[in-house]
Amino acid sequence: MRPILMKGHERPLTFLKYNRDGDLLFSCAKDHTPTVWFADNGERLGTYRGHNGAVWCCDVSRDSSRLITGSADQTAMLWDVQTGAQLHTFTFDSPARSVDFSVGDKLAVITTDPFMGLTSAIHIKNISKDPSEQMSESVLVLKGPQGRINRAVWGPLNKTIISAGEDAVIRIWDAETGKVLKESDKEIGHKKGITSLQKSVDGSHFITGSLDKSAKLWDIRSLTLIKNYTTERPVNAVTMSPLLNHVVLGGGQDASAVTTTDHRAGKFEAKFYDKILTEEIGGVKGHFGPINALAFNPDGKSFASGGEDGYVRLHHFDQDYFNIRI
Amino acid sequence: MAVEAANQPKIRWGELEDDAEDLDFLLPPKQVIGPDRNGLKKIVEYKFNEEGNKVRITTTVRICKLANARLSKGAVERRSWPKFGDAVHEDVGARLTMVSTEEIILERPRAPGSKQDESKSGGDSLNQIAKAGAVLMVCRTCGKKGDHWTSKCPFKDLAQPSETFVDRPPSRGEAPAAGAGSQKSAYVPPSMRGGAAERGSGGGTEMRRRNEENSVRVTNLSEDTREADLLELFRPFGHVSRVYVAIDQKTGMSRGFGFVNFVNREDAERAINKLNGYGYDNLILRVEWAAPRAT
Repeated sequence: MRPILMKGHERPLTFLKYNRDGDLLFSCAKDHTPTVWFADNGERLGTYRGHNGAVWCCDVSRDSSRLITGSADQTAMLWDVQTGAQLHTFTFDSPARSVDFSVGDKLAVITTDPFMGLTSAIHIKNISKDPSEQMSESVLVLKGPQGRINRAVWGPLNKTIISAGEDAVIRIWDAETGKVLKESDKEIGHKKGITSLQKSVDGSHFITGSLDKSAKLWDIRSLTLIKNYTTERPVNAVTMSPLLNHVVLGGGQDASAVTTTDHRAGKFEAKFYDKILTEEIGGVKGHFGPINALAFNPDGKSFASGGEDGYVRLHHFDQDYFNIRI
Repeated sequence: MAVEAANQPKIRWGELEDDAEDLDFLLPPKQVIGPDRNGLKKIVEYKFNEEGNKVRITTTVRICKLANARLSKGAVERRSWPKFGDAVHEDVGARLTMVSTEEIILERPRAPGSKQDESKSGGDSLNQIAKAGAVLMVCRTCGKKGDHWTSKCPFKDLAQPSETFVDRPPSRGEAPAAGAGSQKSAYVPPSMRGGAAERGSGGGTEMRRRNEENSVRVTNLSEDTREADLLELFRPFGHVSRVYVAIDQKTGMSRGFGFVNFVNREDAERAINKLNGYGYDNLILRVEWAAPRAT
């Protein structure tokens, strides 16, 4: 395959997200402008200008009309996808790290980093249909875990929130009461900070990637460990194919150590694993730095990777990919 | 693209243009067949050539689709959205989006199918050996034929370490050549050592010679040729006991040559005759007997 290279960002990529139809790709980077691309040919559709810091995360509503972004400038912003207009700004006292729309797009979960004596927190916000009625108040604020919360997503039926972060523990919170329902076992769980978390298409399980050089597959309700994928480098990004039983891990050595070694030693590949056999299928090379973000097109026929090198690489699979046998 | 003429074997493109003026209505209409499952489209056209003969031109075109995007109604609508933000004043020369000049493949940790192939061919060759009554399985420790491999030898612990060139005790194996006693004092290179040539079994030299037997050197391989590819290429000629492709330690790329060992010499000979000068990938293979290693 010949990947499409998109050089719209000047700083390392942080997050990639496809909309539900898989025709738009949203990219966030440490430069201040999230960007939207056409997912088939990589053409840039527009940018969302207004943030004043690195943008860590984004999510797009099911009908592809609203975009929410979380940024290190201590805000989360709601955008009109089509025009790039700012609809609302949620301000916090610390950088916003992760955002996620609930099923139905009526709620959003936003996590904030520990900062200047504040602990990290998970905020639940109401998202109103009409942006002029949008309220800034949080419905619920969940606090407790130490260290940064790198990712928080909604559980089945919006009843729970699953969070994972630097303390390597995955927690399932009750979205109504704010109580911790389940915590992952320290023994079987990750040993180092969790960098990314992604739900499966049907929302029955999710995968976490960690700096302990492994990724783990968990049941979303019972939080039982299903599978474990080990690799040679810290995992920065994980994603699952919606079409085949494939898991993709992205990572590479720490960005600060990249220049000290040969580029081949960095292992900046997107590694494909069989989801069930946990066996490695192959690797896709190309980035000059660690992979920070991965996203699979909802049709499962292409995937995008974003690296520390500032490039988004959009890969449309060849036919052979679909015939791979282990 | 293939151009084929029905009446006239040769057509020049310049002539095709000129003569098709008024008589065009006499010609059968243009036909388009396909594209079929492989993306092949056939266009059949008729024209008059210089001498007024009717000529049929068949053009075969392969159609490739770069990306197969599923388009929903919303997606079609979004296609026509105007650009916004920084993308509005995007000059054409900006080239934010480029198609990689490099072909990226999903690199398999081992060559596809190699595992299954090896086991299969291994089984075949063993069966064949059993039939032929030949013995390939020779234990280098105890010298027993056809019973077990060296690594599985039950007398492994009793044997001397294999690195030291000590003559095997006469009690075991089939009588090492004479001179074991007389030559003990002076150093004799292993290859010259008594019985090195006729020693039926045992000893490191024997092992090495076996590796060089019926060895075929293949050069001018393309860089992405793997051992499995070579095996696939040579297997039709007979049972292959070893395939090796030289890999550059630093780059991990093939160095462009490799070795194939055949169980039977005749098979190797046939392979050389057939494959020397054979076009493989985009290169012309050179296949010859491997020169014995200079030791």
